Amino acid sequence: MTREEAPGARDVAVVAFAQTDHRRTSEELSEVEMLMPVLHEVMASTGLRTADIGFTCSGSSDYLAGRAFSFTLALDGVGAWPPISESHVEMDGAWALYEAWVKLRTGDADTALVYSYGKSSPGSVRDVLTRQLDPYYLAPLWPDSVALAALQAQALIDAGATDEPALAAVGARSRADAAGNPHAQLRGAVPQGEYLVRPLRTGDCPPIGDGAAAVVLAAGERARDLCERPAWIRGIDHRIEAHGIGVRDLTDSPSTRIAAERAGALERPVDTAELHAPFSSQEVVLRRALGLDETVRVNPSGGALAANPIMAAGLVRIGEAAARIHRGESDRALAHATSGPCLQQNLVAVLEGDPR
Amino acid sequence: MSAILKAPLTVEFPFTRSVGPVQSAFLTGLRERVVLGVRTGDGKVLVPPVEYDPVTAEEIRDLVEVAPTGTVTTWAWNHEPRRGQPLATPFAWVLVRLDGADTALLHALDAPGPGAVRTGMRVRVRWAEERSGAITDIACFEPYDGQPVEPAGHSGEFQEAITGIVAAARLDYTYSPGRAQTGYIEALGDRRIVGERCPSCRKVYVPPRGACPTCGVATEERVEVGPAGTVTTFCIVNIKAKNLDIEVPYVYAHIALDGAGLALHGRIAGIPYDQVRMGLRVEPVWTEGARYPDHYRPTGEPDADYDTFKELL
Ligand SMILES: [Zn+2]
Repeated sequence: MTREEAPGARDVAVVAFAQTDHRRTSEELSEVEMLMPVLHEVMASTGLRTADIGFTCSGSSDYLAGRAFSFTLALDGVGAWPPISESHVEMDGAWALYEAWVKLRTGDADTALVYSYGKSSPGSVRDVLTRQLDPYYLAPLWPDSVALAALQAQALIDAGATDEPALAAVGARSRADAAGNPHAQLRGAVPQGEYLVRPLRTGDCPPIGDGAAAVVLAAGERARDLCERPAWIRGIDHRIEAHGIGVRDLTDSPSTRIAAERAGALERPVDTAELHAPFSSQEVVLRRALGLDETVRVNPSGGALAANPIMAAGLVRIGEAAARIHRGESDRALAHATSGPCLQQNLVAVLEGDPR
Repeated sequence: MSAILKAPLTVEFPFTRSVGPVQSAFLTGLRERVVLGVRTGDGKVLVPPVEYDPVTAEEIRDLVEVAPTGTVTTWAWNHEPRRGQPLATPFAWVLVRLDGADTALLHALDAPGPGAVRTGMRVRVRWAEERSGAITDIACFEPYDGQPVEPAGHSGEFQEAITGIVAAARLDYTYSPGRAQTGYIEALGDRRIVGERCPSCRKVYVPPRGACPTCGVATEERVEVGPAGTVTTFCIVNIKAKNLDIEVPYVYAHIALDGAGLALHGRIAGIPYDQVRMGLRVEPVWTEGARYPDHYRPTGEPDADYDTFKELL
């Protein structure tokens, strides 16, 4: 939905963002123990208390924990008594943010807390992610997340859109940029490594780790009260492609392009893009789909190649883009989140700061 | 404090799924060494077939046989096969457009090495010896340089068409309960029950989960509770659970241990089931070598006054 379709609807902004230090394992902490400091930090930076929050929405996956309804325990960290207005998506927190944004746009709430978390360390995340695939034709073959991304990478190489050195450069640039991000899991020079599934090497793949993120949204004047320079969400949209990967052209991401169009991202250039590309080859697909040129600063945080807490990495992209606007380092940023194999589902948000 | 507890946790489930007419025809066809696709309104043949057109969302039922030979549209060399994958030796993941199809099927290609695989190469289906009506009835693809195999034009009608699949799923985890619950479990082994006090509202949570759900803050102050407590409410269980050697009927109760801010649950024994009541005073019973209480039994004290536990119901 764009602004044009809903004239008079209230502007909504990201007013605060916090994330954990993303790490290979956090086994000494339960999910709620990992999440709570992030919730406290994001609330403290706005001065809001739980009772002040109009709507709370979270994203996580039971398959990472291996336990049904695991997200209900995380609610302890929110202070859900007396009862709060709450919802959950079994997806990346970026989709929880979308739900919260709708709630604020419709006037049902003035503020929202959005959080998401994922602990990949207890299980084997490559195997865990096979369980999100079509159960008739794909899941029985156990094609893991790296294998599916590698098919996409080879398709790009065959199409002449990239080659292995160019992919390595994406990984190297991401980890070099992450050197300035204290929360990132992989920082600085990281060896390109051996093939995991050819043509992807370890350097083309995201680190496996645990982490959480939280964002506070506020509508209209409330946003200005809570934040010196709110990151206004000018548009946000998400799209999905056919679930059969053999039906799709893996070198393109029409869903990202349509989401970007509908979010208004292509109307004027952005200065920053936080792209949720867990694999180096997926950054190539997204840049092509969005028509981003060299003038756009892509993933100054290091992106998902530097830290990829499953279910939180997409929300982190929105948070990182917003934080750059809060700090005055960006005026108009694009944030992207993905979910599913080979960029199956894509969400694009456009964030802007007030003119300076 | 001692190290955080960890234990292996295996989640295993045979997902039983029904299939619609198109999937049934496709999977039954595999059992009979026939590959079927489905034709969309604009004449495209989708393999594997779906029941609704991915572009128009129209229902599609027009089955068409395609060849067991085809062309690799993209591939990825998997030198280290993982559990459950089609081949145990190194292989290529491939998307194959079968002759007569417009879309590609994902599967494995048996090849000696990555040098023997390229996009555009010709391959054919290698059928599994035992076939049951599943995607794994295709054992894998293999290189093929012969003529395309002409499909016989099968109608998609089969004797004893399959109506469902069983998709076995197993995932292995190393479960860790975190700091607070590790402390609780370790204390149980010493026949002590500990909770954690909220620094804000002072309520004692047992078992502790590391957070006060009311205040949303971390709880850290460890407090020993019980051992005796009060039955706040209960139910009588009349159906015997599988693999449970407890005679029915038995009583399952909420028990507010002395000093705890909320009730935990446990089985009541040592008293006829129909004499358990709200307010009954009970204590935990550890059997020899047990790491947690087996059940709770009456202490013999007078019943607790309703007012002393009404907030804990
Ligand atoms: Zn409290």
